[in-house]
Amino acid sequence: MAGISARKLDKVYPGGVHAVDRLDLDIDDGEFFALLGPSGCGKTTLLRTIAGLEQATGGSVLIGGRDVTNVTPARRDVAMVFQDYALFPHMTVIDNISYPLRIKRQARVARHARATEIGVQLGLADLMDRRPAALSGGQQQRVALARAVACHPSLFLFDEPLSNLDARLRLEARTFLKRLQRELGVTTVFVTHDQAEALALADRIAVMEAGRIRQLGTPREVFGRPANTFVANFIGSTPMNLLDGVVRGSTVDVAGGSLPVPAGAEGLVTDGEKVIVGVRPEYVRLSRSGEGLAGEVSILEHLGTTTLVTVDCGDELVGATVPEEDEPEPGAAVRLAPVPGRLLLYRAEDGELIGA
Amino acid sequence: MPNTSRHSDPSGVNDGPAAGAAAGTSHHGAVAVDPPLAAAAATDVVGLGRARAFAFVAPALLLIGVFLLFPALWTLYIGATDYERTGPKHVSPSFVGVGNYTDVLADPSFYNSLWLSLLFVGFSAVIGQNGLGFALAWSLRNVAGWVRRTVETLVLFAWILPGSVVAFLWIAMLDRDGGTVNALLGTPGLAWFVDYPMASLIIFNIWRGTAFSLMLYGAALSSVPPSQLETARLAGASGLQTLRDVVFPHIRGHALTNTLLITLWTFNDFTPFLLTAGGPGDDSEIVSVYVYNTAIRDGRLGYSGAISLLILVANVVLALLYLRMLRKRSVS
Amino acid sequence: MTISDDDARRAAWRMAARIGFYALTCLIAVFFALPLLWLVTAPFDASPTYAVDVPEATLDNFAEINANPYAWGSMFNSIVLSIGTALFVVVGAALAAYALSRVRMPGRDALLYVLLLLSSVVTGTAAMVPLFLLVSEIGDSVHPALGIDSSFAVMLVMAGGLLPAGIFMLKDFVDTVPRSYEESARVFGASPLRILKDIVAPLIAPGLATIAVWTVVNVWGNFLVPFILLRDPGKQPAAVLMRTLYTESGQPNLALLSTFSLLYSLPVIAMYLYVSRKYGFRFHGGIKS
Ligand SMILES: Nc1ncnc2c1ncn2[C@@H]1O[C@H](COP(=O)(O)OP(=O)(O)OP(=O)(O)O)[C@@H](O)[C@H]1O
Ligand SMILES: [Mg+2]
Repeated sequence: MAGISARKLDKVYPGGVHAVDRLDLDIDDGEFFALLGPSGCGKTTLLRTIAGLEQATGGSVLIGGRDVTNVTPARRDVAMVFQDYALFPHMTVIDNISYPLRIKRQARVARHARATEIGVQLGLADLMDRRPAALSGGQQQRVALARAVACHPSLFLFDEPLSNLDARLRLEARTFLKRLQRELGVTTVFVTHDQAEALALADRIAVMEAGRIRQLGTPREVFGRPANTFVANFIGSTPMNLLDGVVRGSTVDVAGGSLPVPAGAEGLVTDGEKVIVGVRPEYVRLSRSGEGLAGEVSILEHLGTTTLVTVDCGDELVGATVPEEDEPEPGAAVRLAPVPGRLLLYRAEDGELIGA
Repeated sequence: MPNTSRHSDPSGVNDGPAAGAAAGTSHHGAVAVDPPLAAAAATDVVGLGRARAFAFVAPALLLIGVFLLFPALWTLYIGATDYERTGPKHVSPSFVGVGNYTDVLADPSFYNSLWLSLLFVGFSAVIGQNGLGFALAWSLRNVAGWVRRTVETLVLFAWILPGSVVAFLWIAMLDRDGGTVNALLGTPGLAWFVDYPMASLIIFNIWRGTAFSLMLYGAALSSVPPSQLETARLAGASGLQTLRDVVFPHIRGHALTNTLLITLWTFNDFTPFLLTAGGPGDDSEIVSVYVYNTAIRDGRLGYSGAISLLILVANVVLALLYLRMLRKRSVS
Repeated sequence: MTISDDDARRAAWRMAARIGFYALTCLIAVFFALPLLWLVTAPFDASPTYAVDVPEATLDNFAEINANPYAWGSMFNSIVLSIGTALFVVVGAALAAYALSRVRMPGRDALLYVLLLLSSVVTGTAAMVPLFLLVSEIGDSVHPALGIDSSFAVMLVMAGGLLPAGIFMLKDFVDTVPRSYEESARVFGASPLRILKDIVAPLIAPGLATIAVWTVVNVWGNFLVPFILLRDPGKQPAAVLMRTLYTESGQPNLALLSTFSLLYSLPVIAMYLYVSRKYGFRFHGGIKS
C-alpha cells in the first residue's frame, strides 16, 4: 500500500501541449481519489504519468515515498485499467486474468488457481474459458478489474473504466467498484469526466482544468462550496445559478432584487464591488409570496421526484428545484429565496470564492 | 505553436476504444513538425527504446540496402564502364563516362526494343488489362454468385500460376502442329510465335494480368454509393450515361492508380522471355529481354548497365506519379 | 396497342441484350479457361499431345517425374528457397514493422517513402546486371557459399526485394493493434520482446500469414533471379528447370512436362484456395507484384 505525491509535475507533449502544468498533489494511502474535469484537461495524461507510460517533463512523482519519476512502469507496482479495458482478444478470461502472474513467472497451476479465486470473487466463475469478444461490456469491465487485482499492486489507476457501460450498468458497477476498493484497501486513482460518478465514489476529488487543479476536497466540499465558478459550473447535475450582482452595503443587488451578503463574506467586499452570486437550484426555496427575488415561472423540467423550475427574474434566469407536489403553474408570479448559509459569493474578475 | 493546445488533438473530445487507435496516429501526425528536443519525450509509447528500435529495423534495412539499394546505385557506375562478363575487359574494365549512354541512344536495336515495349505495355496493359478488367468488374457486379465466382477464379488462376507454367501452357496452345488454337480456328500450320510474335505476347499478357485490374475495379465499384446509382436509374439514365456521370467520377483515382501500376509491372515483366526469348530475330525483344540478351547472353555488362539505368529512371518516374496519386487520395 | 407493341419490342431487345451478354461472358470464360484446360487433361492422358482432348485416363505419366534426374530435386529446391526466403521476410518485416509503427524515429516517414519507392522501382529487370555482378563478386571475394550457385544468396536477394513491400503491408496490420494492449502488458511488467511475442504476434497472425503466403507465392514462381544466379541444374528450382524441359531437349517430353507443371502448380493453387477461404481474396497492394 502506498500514497502518491506529485511535486511540480509537468508534462509538455511534443508539439507544445501543456497537458499537466506544475501540479502538486498528495493522495493518502488507501484513499479512493477521483480526478475530475472536462475533456482534454489532462486527466489521462496525469494518470499515465503516474503509471510511467508518459515521461514527466518536469517535477517528480513519488509512490509510497519512493521517487519513481525515472522508473519504468514495470517497477512502479501499479495496475491500470484502461477505458477500452485492453483485454487481450486472443486469450481466454482466465489467461487474461493470470497474465500479470505469468509475467512474474508464477507456475501455471498456481496462477490459474489465483485467477479462478479472483474470478469467483468478481462473479466471473462461469466465464473463465471465454474470449473477451464473447463477453458483455459489464463482464469485460469486471475481467479488467480482476486482472488488475490479480497482480496485487500497491496502486490502482483507473481511466474512465465505467464510461463504456450503459447508464444502468454503470450504477451497478459503481457500487461494485466502491465495495471492492473498500475490501482491498488499495490506493485508487480514478479518472472520470462524470461529476456524479466522482461525487458518489471518491473520498476526495481533484477538479482539473487545463492541466491544473482548480479545487481539491471531499465530495461534500466540492459540491457545497465550489472554490471558484469553474468548479461551481462543472459540479452538480443541474447547473448552479451564477448571477451577476453589485454589492450595496450589506446586500447584493442581483436579478432585479436584492439578497443579504452571506456572513462569511462580510467585511471582504466593498460597496459597489461587482460579484457573482452562486446558489444551487436545490438550495433555492420557491414561494408564492414573502421574501426574495420576484419573478415569473417560465419553464418546468421534470427530474423524477423533483421539478426544476426556471424563473424569469429581471433579466436573469434562475433555477430552483421543488418537490413534485409543489409545482407552480407556468406564468405564475413567484418569490425565490436561497436557503440560509447556501449563498456563495464569487469575485467577478477572477471567479474565486469570497465567502458563503 | 503554444496556443493550439485545444485544437491540436482532433480526437480529444472522444477517447472511445476505436478513437483511441486513431488518436495515437493523429498525435504522431502532429509530432512530425516538432522541434527535435521536445520530440524526444513521447516518441515511444511501448518503452521499446530507440536503440532497440534501431536494432529491430536493422536486419531488414541491411538486406534491402545490400540487395536492392546498392545494386540500383551500382548500375550508375557499371553503366559508365566497358565492363564485360569475360575476357580482358572483365579483369580491368575502364571508365568510359557517358560513352555507353551515347552508344545506347544511337543504337537502333535499343529503339527497336523500346518501341516493342511501348506496344506491349500500351496494348496489353493500358488498353487490354485495363479495359477487360473494368468490363468484367462492371458486368459481373450484379451477376449470380456462381457465374461470377467461376469467372473470377479462372481469371485469378491465370495470374497466380508460376510464369514458367503459363508460358508452357501457351506454347502448347499456340503450337504450330498440335496446338488447340489452330485446331479451333482451322488454321493448321500457323506458327503464332513466329508469324505474329508481338500480337501473341500481347494476347498472352492480357490473359495473364487482367486479374489485378478486375480486383481493383471490383473494389472501386463497390465504393460507389448505391444511392447514387439508383438516383441515376430513377432519372432514366442509360447504362453508358450512368457510367459516365456517376461511376467514372468516383473511380477516376483508381483507374489512374491501376494504369500506373500495371504499366510499371508490364514494362518490367520478364515472362515474354520464356515464350519467345525475343525472337524470331529481335522481333519481340522488349526492353527487359533486351537487357538480358546484351548482359548475360552477350556479356556486355557495362553497356546493359546503361540500359538498366534508363529503365530505372522510367520506373522512378512512374512510381513517383503513383505515390503522388496515393498521397492525393489519402488527403481527400 | 402501340404501347404494348413498344413494350414487346423493348422486352425482345432486352432479351437479345441478355443473351448477347451471356454469350460474351462465356467467350471470355473460355478465353481464360482454354490454356488452363491442358494443365488438367494432359497429365492424365495416356498419349499427351499439345491439343486439349478428353484423356484416356492414366496415372502412368507421373512415373516420368521419377525418371528425370532433376525433377524432384528442383521441386525440393523450390520449397527450400520459398520457405527460407519467407523466414527472412517474415522475421525481418515483423521486427521492422513493429519498431516503425511504435517508435517515432527521426526520418521514419522519409524511410517509409523510400522503401515504398524502392520496392516498385528496383525490379529484377532493372537490377539483373548489378545483382549478377554483386553475387559473383561476393562469391569470389567473401565466400563461395554466398556466390553464384548458392541458394542462400538467392534467398537473400529475393528477401531484399520483397522486404520493403512486406514491411509496408505488415505495418498496416501492426497499426491496427490498439496501443493500450501493449501499455497494459507493460504496466504489468512485460519486456518489449515479451510483449512482441505474447501480445503483438498473436494479434497480427493474419498479417504474418499473409506475408508468408505472399512471399512463398512470389518466390515459387520467380524465374529471373534463380535463372541468373543458379547455373548448376542440381540447385535450380522448378521454375528454371521447367524451361529447360521444353527448350533444351529436342522433342519435349509432354508426359513429363504436363505432370511436372501440374505438380509444380498445385502448391500455389492450394495456397490460393486457403487464403480465399480464410480471408476472402482481398489483396494488399497485390499479393503478387
Ligand atoms: N500523445 C499526445 N501528444 C500530444 N498531445 C497530447 C497527447 N495526448 C494528449 N494530448 C493533449 O493533451 C491534453 C490533455 O489530454 P488528456 O488525454 O490527458 O485529456 P483528458 O482529460 O484525459 O480528456 P478526456 O476526458 O477526453 O479523456 C489534450 O489537449 C490533448 O490534446
Ligand atoms: Mg482521457
